[in-house]
Parts: sequence; C-alpha cells; structure tokens
Amino acid sequence: MRRAATLLALIVAMGLAACGSKHEETPRKAPDAPVVITAAGQIDGLRRGVPIDKEASPLPMARVENFDRIRPVNYEMQPPTIPHAIDNYQLTVNTNRCMLCHTRSAAKKFQAPPVSDAHYLTRDGKILEQISSRRYFCVQCHVVQTDAEPLVANRYEGLNTTLAKEEKQ
Amino acid sequence: MTTRRDFIRASAVGAAASAAGIAVPASFAETAATAAPAGVKWSKAPCRFCGTGCGVQVAVQDNRVVATHGDADAEVNRGLNCVKGYFLSKIMYGNDRLTTPLLRKKDGQFAKDGDFEPVSWDEAFDVMAAQFKRVLKAKGGTGIGMAGSGQWTVWEGYAANKLMKAGFRSNHIDPNARHCMASAVTGFMRTFGMDEPMGCYDDFEAADAFVLWGSNMAEMHPILWTRVTDRRLSHDHVKVAVLSTFEHRSFDLADIPIIFKPQTDLAILNYIANHIIQSGKVNEDFVRKHVSFKRGNDDIGYGLRPDNPLELKAKNSKDPTGSTPIDFDAFKAFVEPYTLDYAAELSGVEKGWLKHLAELYADPKVKVMSLWTMGFNQHTRGTWANNMVYNIHLLTGKIATPGNSPFSLTGQPSACGTAREVGTFSHRLPADLVVTNPEHRRHAEEIWKLPDGLIVDKVGYHIVEQNRMLKDGKLNAYWVMANNNMQAAANLENEGYPGYRNPDNFIVVSDPYPTVTAQAADLILPTAMWVEKEGAYGNAERRTQFWHQLVKAPGEARSDLWQLMEFSKRFTTDECWPADLLAANPGYKGKTLFEVLYRNGKVDRFAPGEVEAGYANDEAAAFGFYPQKGLFEEYAEFGRGHGHDLAPFDEYHKARGLRWPVVNGKETRWRYKEGSDPYVKPGADWQFYGNKDGRAVIWALPYEPPAESPDADYDLWLATGRVLEHWHSGSMTMRVPELYKAFPSAVVFMNPDDAKARGLKRGDEVKVISRRGEMRSRVETRGRNRVPVGLVFVPWFDAAQLINKTTLDATCPISKQTDFKKCAVKVVMA
Repeated sequence: MRRAATLLALIVAMGLAACGSKHEETPRKAPDAPVVITAAGQIDGLRRGVPIDKEASPLPMARVENFDRIRPVNYEMQPPTIPHAIDNYQLTVNTNRCMLCHTRSAAKKFQAPPVSDAHYLTRDGKILEQISSRRYFCVQCHVVQTDAEPLVANRYEGLNTTLAKEEKQ
Repeated sequence: MTTRRDFIRASAVGAAASAAGIAVPASFAETAATAAPAGVKWSKAPCRFCGTGCGVQVAVQDNRVVATHGDADAEVNRGLNCVKGYFLSKIMYGNDRLTTPLLRKKDGQFAKDGDFEPVSWDEAFDVMAAQFKRVLKAKGGTGIGMAGSGQWTVWEGYAANKLMKAGFRSNHIDPNARHCMASAVTGFMRTFGMDEPMGCYDDFEAADAFVLWGSNMAEMHPILWTRVTDRRLSHDHVKVAVLSTFEHRSFDLADIPIIFKPQTDLAILNYIANHIIQSGKVNEDFVRKHVSFKRGNDDIGYGLRPDNPLELKAKNSKDPTGSTPIDFDAFKAFVEPYTLDYAAELSGVEKGWLKHLAELYADPKVKVMSLWTMGFNQHTRGTWANNMVYNIHLLTGKIATPGNSPFSLTGQPSACGTAREVGTFSHRLPADLVVTNPEHRRHAEEIWKLPDGLIVDKVGYHIVEQNRMLKDGKLNAYWVMANNNMQAAANLENEGYPGYRNPDNFIVVSDPYPTVTAQAADLILPTAMWVEKEGAYGNAERRTQFWHQLVKAPGEARSDLWQLMEFSKRFTTDECWPADLLAANPGYKGKTLFEVLYRNGKVDRFAPGEVEAGYANDEAAAFGFYPQKGLFEEYAEFGRGHGHDLAPFDEYHKARGLRWPVVNGKETRWRYKEGSDPYVKPGADWQFYGNKDGRAVIWALPYEPPAESPDADYDLWLATGRVLEHWHSGSMTMRVPELYKAFPSAVVFMNPDDAKARGLKRGDEVKVISRRGEMRSRVETRGRNRVPVGLVFVPWFDAAQLINKTTLDATCPISKQTDFKKCAVKVVMA
C-alpha cells in the first residue's frame, strides 16, 4: 500500500510537472542573495547576507522529501525522521493514520518499520499490548524532512564516529 | 521483575540501534559508573528549551556532547523528549558559533559605523568599560541598561541583578521574559499576592478536564501534552477544551473546540463566572472563607508611548493597577451582562460549545486544569485574563488540590527560576521583593552586605521601554544577554533597530551565535551555552534543576557569569556610587564592583575544590572560588523562611529537581492548601498567605477592545507564534539540520478563501504589510494550522523573515507585556 501510494504520488507529481507552471505550487524564483553554507566567522548566515533593515525574497517553499528510505539516526533513542509525506494524515482522538502501517502487528505487511518497544510502556513503566497513549501523537517526535539545504552547517560528531576514530588508533 | 530500564535496554535500544546500524552501548541512560564505551560519561541536565523542564541524559566523550536522551528518572518527562529535545546534542555545534569577541572597527579603532573585527577579551572589555564610564560620568546609572533572559541560569541572573541594581545603581534591567509571562506574574500578584502556580504537573494525572486558553501545547509544550493526551485517552470521562483564534494541532485532541474572535476571551471568561453564579454553583463556603472581591480600574490604555492618541484617550492610562474593594453581590451584578447570548455574539462561538465549557467549570464533580501561555499573556489585557481565569477557579473552590489547577505555563527554561524568582525585572528584587518598597530594598542591601540607600527606589525601564529609551537617547550603554530581542520585540523598524544604531549608544550583545540582535550591536561577546557551564533552571511547576559543566566552550567563548563578574573588576565604587553615600560608608571607597558584589565574604566562601569530583568548572578555576554555589546560597537567603525556601545547593546536583518551597528537605506540590503546604496554618484549610488577609482576590474586570483591529486598509488579523521544531527565535534550532529541514522558513498561514480573494495560491511570495513595516514571506494554505477567514498566522523563528517589523508594540498596561497576537495587516502579492 505504501509502495502503491508512493507510485501514485510519483505519477501525480509527474503529471503536475507536465502541466507546466500553472500547477507549480512552489515557485523556484531565485532569492535576492545567494544561499551560502556559512563558514566560521560569517555572522549573517541565516539572513543570507541581507541587512536587518532590508527584506530578502523568501527562499522557495521547500518540498517534503518523499522517498521512503529510512534515514540513519545518530544514536539510539533518537526518533527517526519521517521519510515520506504525511499530508492529510488524520491524527485525531479516533484515528491515527500513522499507526495503520507502523503498529507492530501491521508493520511487516506494509513494509514499514514498527514503532520501537519503548512506545508500549506507560508513564509508570508498565508494558502494554497497545501503543501507550503518551506516545499517541507521533509528530511530536517524528518530523518530515524537506529538501531545504541547511543555511548553517553543523559540526556535531556522534558517538559512533568518535568511537570509530578511537578504534583506528 | 523486569524494571522499566531493563526492558528498554533489552529491547528498544537494540531495535533502534540495529535499525540504524550502529554499535549499542550496554547502557544508554546511566551515570558515569555504568557507562559502557570507554570515555563516555552520562550526566543529567534539564533540556535547554522551553519552560517544561524535561530531564535529559547527556553523553559526553572527548569533550563533546555525543548523544542526549530523555531521562527515565526525571519526574517531568519520564524518559520522553519532544523532537527538539531529542536533537539537543547538536545545538552547540552550529558552524558559526562565536569563538572570539567581535568589535565594530575602522582604522584599528572602535567605530559605530565600522565592520566587525575579531578582538581579544581585553580589548573588548577595555572599549566596553570606556563606553560605560562615558555614560556613567554623563548620566550616572540611569544611562545604563541590560536586557536579560529567562534562559539565564539562576546565578547568572542573580549576578546580573546585583551588578545592575547595586553595582551600577540602575534598575533598567529586564528579561526577555517580559515578552512571555509578565502578565502571568502580575496576574498572580494581583490575585494571590505571590508569584507562580499553586499546583504542579501532578495535576495532569488527576484532572477530569483540561481547558487550553490560548495555548497550543501540542507544539509548544509537547511533553506536557503527552501527559494530557495520556490522561484523556486512558480515561473515558476526561474532556479537553481548546480555545484559540485559529485551529492548530492541539485541536486534534479537543472534545470542545472553540475558535473565538481575537480579544473576546475576556467576555467568555466573564460569561463563565456569570454562568457559575446564575446556575447556583458557587462554592459559597470556600468563597466566604478564602476570597475577597475587587473592582479593577477599566479603560487603562494599551501601553504605547504616552503621547499616543490611544493613551491620551484612555481614562486610567496613568493608573492601570488601581482598584476598589467590592463584595460578592457587586461582582455578581458586574458579570451579569455577560450572558450566553452576549458572549456568543461577541466571540462568534456557537452557544452550545460555550455552555459546555462553562459546565466543566460549574460542575462541582469535575476537576479542572486550566492551562495558558501566550494567548493570555501576550494580550493588551493579559493581566486581566489571568485574573479572570482565577476568578472562575475561586468561585468554585477548584484550586490547589490535585487536578484543580489554574496553571500558567512558561515558555523559557528559567522564566520562573531566573526572571521571576531571582527578580531580574526592572521593578523586582529576589523572592517577590520590589525596588519601590524601602523595607525590601534594605533587606536586599543587608543580604548583599551593601550600604543603606544604595538601591534606587524607582522602577527601571522594562524591556519594551528600553528600546524606546535607546531610540530617544536616554539609555546609552546597553548590554543584551541570552536573548534575541531585535528579532523578538515588536515594531522592529521604528522602536528596535533605530535605538541600537543611534550614534549616542553603545550596544553589547552576548550570545553563542550571531543572532539578528548581535548583528545590530557594536560589540559581540562569544558566550558559553547550556552544558558548557554549571547551571540551574527553574521550570513552570516551581522545580529547580541543576546541571554540571560537561564540556568546555569553544575558542574564547565564556559564560555569562564569567563575563558579568570579570567586567565588574573594571569599575570602582567611586565611579559608580554617589560621593555622599561613600563618605557615609568609607569602608566601600576605592573597592572594585567585583570586590563589593562578589568578593563579599559570601559569594566567595566556597572553594573550587567543592565542585563535584569528575566535573570541570571554568568559573571556579578563573576566580579561585566556586561562584555558582556562593551566589546560590546568598540568593537562597531571600526566600528561606518566606515561602520561597530552596534546598541546600548540593541537594540539587543529586535530585531530578525539587519544587519550592522545600521545607525540612521536602518539596511542596500544592501550595496554599493545608496538608500539602507547610506554610498553611493548621485549621485554615486553604490559606492564600501571599495576601495579608489570607484571601485570594476575585476581580471584576470588563471586556475591552484591542489596541488595533482590522479595517478597510489593513484587513487581516495577524497572530504570531511558534512551531514545534523551532524554539523562539530559532538561534539554536535553525542550526540543527533535522529541525531546519523539518520547517526551514516562516510562512503566512492563510485561509484558502482569503488567498483566493487576493489572487494568491500556496507558495506565492507575498508582502505582509502593517502601519509599521513589512516583511516578505510565502503563502501557506495547508499544513498544521487552519486559520479562519480574516486572520493570518506567521511564526517568528525565521531570522530571514522578521515578522516583528509589522507587529504593534502595544502592551498590557499593567504587566508591560507586548500583545503579539493581535494587530492589523494586509497581505499582497510581492
């Protein structure tokens, strides 16, 4: 189903592209100032060099990455980002669209990663059959990723990278 | 029996780690003793972001934070974090971290119109001290000001408060917390005579109903929202009411969804009070014993500049806090016009929903937790809104018992701990004391071991006024610490930027990152952040939490505490205090501010060796004493025995936070209630001891219109706010790739019909224009917020889209907190 949905999305996207600018929803107009990954020492990376009393043309509206490829996490217990679009997913008291595929019992069928076992614990540490209601709203921890290129690079190095270095030594 | 931790260790870690294809340490949330990989040490810290105060475990290896987890032992969050918390590990590593002071220079000299050049700390402080002394000489302390922060650690705020109010004799120190919870403070003070909530987070597991008054907890307090969600979904009888001017993610859980017209929450509150009275649901015994009634001055203006026509027109703009005592019958008559019909007509809400909401409060069997943040506080009648929600809890006696809880949430990690409890507001001293009270000033001077008459008796400039006074040239030396007020404050182009660039003024900004505020400064000081220093925060439920320094700050970056104390060495009392005061107190003559404020025999009484083994402390190393402990213990003198009791310093490094007052080693969960609050006299049942008569005040206050409403020229309401992924001005979260990519740019959330009527579609570039300025953005007609026709919502996290160029700097005249939720704009194709 997931694959079918992706395929459908792809077809729709191709269809839109073929229709030309009339249906283009995210204009790709170039911003006034060049987008740069900030080098150390540059102090206006987020404003892309535009002075405070001027307004830059906003960046194009970023598109949600919709590839269904699981992205690596930096360390255990870091929530994986969502590798697909979630537009119009219903997430209400009665419906949780995410859990249709990601619940333990359904995950295999839909080839979706099941939510981790920690999600089946209550606040008091009791193990449940169903996902804990404290984990009900998935998007508090799991977020989509757009195609926006970060304006400022990040020099974080995870545990594993550092360990690997030590092992080499 | 398998413990929770064992369970996670055995399963969740394995599952997550194998999915990610990485090595699994034997333990992920343990302390140093059991940490698995060589050289990895786990320590506790509170999260760096909001006022919830979640506990995290921080893994450090080779002087770097390599991982962070929710702390399973932290009562607040029991192992959970929101997405921002899970990415805390990256907030310190943005590639543009400031690592050296930067000064505007031309030809090797400081020049206001120069370009930023790296300088040494010595040169930075030389120039800064010369500028501060120029102003001191010309004007005295009144020309010096400081914008502080609800993100300051407790001792940093305390050290800053001393430096400004005692050292420079200037009360022009005010935290950015003025923008986020000043109305909550004045609400508490007017109703209870004492700041901060009576209840605590334990109320989440006890309430039968939750009412969100202008709070999108699903995005802004996600972990507390998990506790609401947990309660609602696991107990069928529990109801959730969500009130807002537009539909947001918290509505996903709403049983009672209410979209009201901006400002009409006041009418809804009075309707509920009226409904309680008319339906005979007043808890008469409680009201008779524990409540008094007052009528507040009305027509109090909008906190704009005094010559603004709106201020000149307002009857009580000069006395917004005035009141007259009344009785229950007068209150009853006052709220009587607020019928269901009137409230529905004004608010645009269906009567059925309003009645359903009122019934939650009226039904004596339903334990209600009211929750609010910026919808109430950022409101030109914010103090009133706070008073009015207490009214309905007091009429029914639903207060200070488990689940009965009017609860003001906070947005910053130490808005309570530092801004409020330490008293870094322009009118305050620690522990709810105020500068206008001679006994309070004397008490502070005694604790500080400083001369009688040193502290100035006038309220200083609040943070909104500071921008105005910079522009007007009255404030000339200005230090901005741990905030991004150029981006955060309203009316940027007219009241913010001109003052920073006023040639008479010298502006210093201390920050880890080059924020918009830093770019507007003359001197930028690179600052250590979060676990690069030992710290303490106080969260929204009165919980004080400590952490150790876990890594060294990069390059030349130094903590706010080091900056404040080191800078104080460059001033003598003779340069800062009047000659007659020194003549009367010759012992203080010729001393540096450092000596009289921090080398006073109290702050410096703990040796560096008292820092817990295994942890660095760069400030103790630099000063030769343990300043965090000395400052904390001196500060704690203000509150101990006065209802603000703090535990001994070392206890906080062991506990996952303690909720004050901590009396005989025991924290207090529900204040003002016999049995849970040791300050309540036996037999009193409830005692609101902040007020001398022990009674809480019910306030008769009317609905009044906002400062600016849409009209033919500017036809849309503008509400500003936040999104889940970014915290406040985004200076940390915009530098975390995953958070940036989740929500990279601000957008204008607009109703599709409004977009269509303007010939706009999703993604179009638009200008948002008000009477004060304009900004460029893009139209969003879908997504997480569904706004009604006639209103747009724009988040303010994006440094490249400064929405505060358009907002109005109208404030609640009592709290001086800006209303960021209501002004009039138009949106046109760019």
